[in-house]
Amino acid sequence: MSLIKNLISGTNFDHTSLNALQKVTLRAVIVSFLFYGLVALEGMIMRMVQAHATFIPEQFNHPDHYFSIMTVHPIVGIFGSTYQLVFAAFTFLVPFLTKKPLYSVKLANWTWGLITVGTALAWIAAFVWAYAPLYTLYWPLPADTAQFSAWGGIVFILGVALIMLGTFGFIYNIYATIFQKVGVHANKTTKELLISGFGIDGMLNLWHKLTGKPPYSKEPALALPVVAIFRGTVDTFLDAIVILTAGLLVLVYLIFDASGSPLNVASIDALLYKNYFWWGLDLVADGLVLIYVAGSWYLLATLITGQKLFMENVARAALMLELLVSWMVWSHHLLADQGQPEMMKLISGEMVTAFELLTQGLALFITLVTLWKARPLKMTMELKYLLGGLVGFGLAVPAAIIQADMGMNRVLHNTQWIIGAHVHIALIVGLYMTLYSAVYVLWPIVTNNTKLFSSKLSNAHFWLHLIGGIGMGAFMGMAGLDGMLRRHLYVNGEFNTWMILAAICGTMLLVAWLLFLINVVMSVGIKGLIGIFLPAHDKTASYGIEPETVAENHKV
Amino acid sequence: MTFSNSAELLSFHWFAYSIYSTLIISVIAWFGYNLTKKEKAKSIVRIPFYTYIGFLVAMGVGHHIFTYNTIPWVSQDITRHDITPDATYTFEIENHKWINMPKKVTVQCEQTIEFDVRSRDLVYGFGLFRQDGSMVMQMQVNPGTDVNGILDPNDILWTFNHNGVFDVISTEYSGPDAYDEHTGKDLMFVKNFVEVVGCKKEGGKLEAGGNKK
Repeated sequence: MSLIKNLISGTNFDHTSLNALQKVTLRAVIVSFLFYGLVALEGMIMRMVQAHATFIPEQFNHPDHYFSIMTVHPIVGIFGSTYQLVFAAFTFLVPFLTKKPLYSVKLANWTWGLITVGTALAWIAAFVWAYAPLYTLYWPLPADTAQFSAWGGIVFILGVALIMLGTFGFIYNIYATIFQKVGVHANKTTKELLISGFGIDGMLNLWHKLTGKPPYSKEPALALPVVAIFRGTVDTFLDAIVILTAGLLVLVYLIFDASGSPLNVASIDALLYKNYFWWGLDLVADGLVLIYVAGSWYLLATLITGQKLFMENVARAALMLELLVSWMVWSHHLLADQGQPEMMKLISGEMVTAFELLTQGLALFITLVTLWKARPLKMTMELKYLLGGLVGFGLAVPAAIIQADMGMNRVLHNTQWIIGAHVHIALIVGLYMTLYSAVYVLWPIVTNNTKLFSSKLSNAHFWLHLIGGIGMGAFMGMAGLDGMLRRHLYVNGEFNTWMILAAICGTMLLVAWLLFLINVVMSVGIKGLIGIFLPAHDKTASYGIEPETVAENHKV
Repeated sequence: MTFSNSAELLSFHWFAYSIYSTLIISVIAWFGYNLTKKEKAKSIVRIPFYTYIGFLVAMGVGHHIFTYNTIPWVSQDITRHDITPDATYTFEIENHKWINMPKKVTVQCEQTIEFDVRSRDLVYGFGLFRQDGSMVMQMQVNPGTDVNGILDPNDILWTFNHNGVFDVISTEYSGPDAYDEHTGKDLMFVKNFVEVVGCKKEGGKLEAGGNKK
């Protein structure tokens, strides 16, 4: 009876007590985790095919079906789930940390709505029309109407375009909130906020210290996590521009094709296009993800310990370095392209990429020392997940540096090593465990102290996710070292042992997600879940500041 | 120390990365355990900040210096346009089919072969694989032409130091038409394309007369 009560009404969750900022945050979080479940299911279907499972429907073994799943898997995972979750967290955190109202709750609602509809459209394009050029969109494959339906392509590109429009909405909201001259920033100039946002004050503080001068800024205008969000969002913007323009190019070709007057695909240089597209796409993997993650670690470490961050000025300066590095590393994706100039492979592909070991290693060090100095700490869920996130990047970043090498890349490029030992461990273990830590930290704040249904379920989720994530990535990586390619269909069980082991770990991930979902649903209840999507009575767009102040701010 | 083929390199890599993974997981686990302890944990080693930074820089740069000096195909790849190969094989791909590809290439031990693969339509890959499925090498095959309409080259030089029979797989996805619609069979797979002969069991050329050393 009690379980039924929990299922319907939750523990002590009251959606009517939530303000507009809390509701818009939770909406995006819920959609994000639903997309996560979809992406985990897609991953398991592909794994079953690779493991030569005979009990799955024959249709999944068909190349058009298999590769259409592979095409939407990263779209749903990266944009539908990860972007949504990160955007939701930052949409809440920026007003929370700057003690200012969010610029526009309406825009935040449009953001999650557009990303959700865009992801759904891209998924429909793959499901209905089997549009399958993969997320890499290597020219001219996305415009190859001999293999794919032009209409499928048009729907897919429109979906991606909507996701990018939603992304622009998020970017505008974040910067508009940061630059609002209200509250604690009422007397700050745009220049001061810009200097702080780019971490120049941190660099100047370091310089002043070295030259024996007093600090440039004793109290930086923006808190360090906001600086990380500010910086990472620069890459989010550049990346959205690249994906949108590449999408427009594909769209033009598809529309001309559908109208019966196809354009010549050879007019576009495939290698030049690859450089342009990878420059943008890499701003996700090697730009915003690393910067956002570093910022999240710093925030979580300070919130968990209640102490100041260790070496804050160095951290501020390192975030600037990370941004500059992220613009110059895309060539590591083109080390197997023999037409790519050797100097670009050496400088951008190898040397500048190696800097990521330094910047991410620095973030790891600062976070660990901040935690260490605050001993003894209680091993809370947020601390567990933070340590899990650190392990994830501790594994995945060196894996990336190893493969970003002309010698190693010759035998690792496009293998399961790349997508397993690097990408999946970085995303599932590194990024998601960091995000889960943030979820646990923010849970009482965003839900007005709602009691979590079960700490046992939380623990089970943690261990299943950690072991499943590392295990799946490791077994995929081992298959890669044995020669298994990442974008290839194997129907004869060639790498069966590794794939069965990876499937077992994948199942652990799926079960972990189910336990998390059950825990959340039992905490907020079905009524609460529905209530989150109903309009908020309290229109407050901030958290933790007096409503009077908010009202004053709005007047300004 | 020099790796004579990719199998040796991958075995070394498997071993080294497994040790590193165990180490980093253990360090964070030890760290997490000690975070909760009331008494101060004694550090096994004390790592000063600048030593740590120096270590990261040394690892980032040293890794490339190590591979440049131990993996022979790195320098060969960079200077390949100044090297005269023992044989060159140029062929093309169009519509997921290999065009003008020799049926079989026989290579004498330690010969350096140039493979120049050109695409008339999509991005493909060219990879050689051992019979156990492990990779010998691979490259991307990008389409494109110069101003005279001649297809752009995608060339790779490879020196074979071990006997073996290698298959070809297109290592880049080029759409579902590369596979049989119903069975999923890879239509671009070429069985036994390269055969290397004349090497000792452990690699390297047999002495004159064929005696194994």
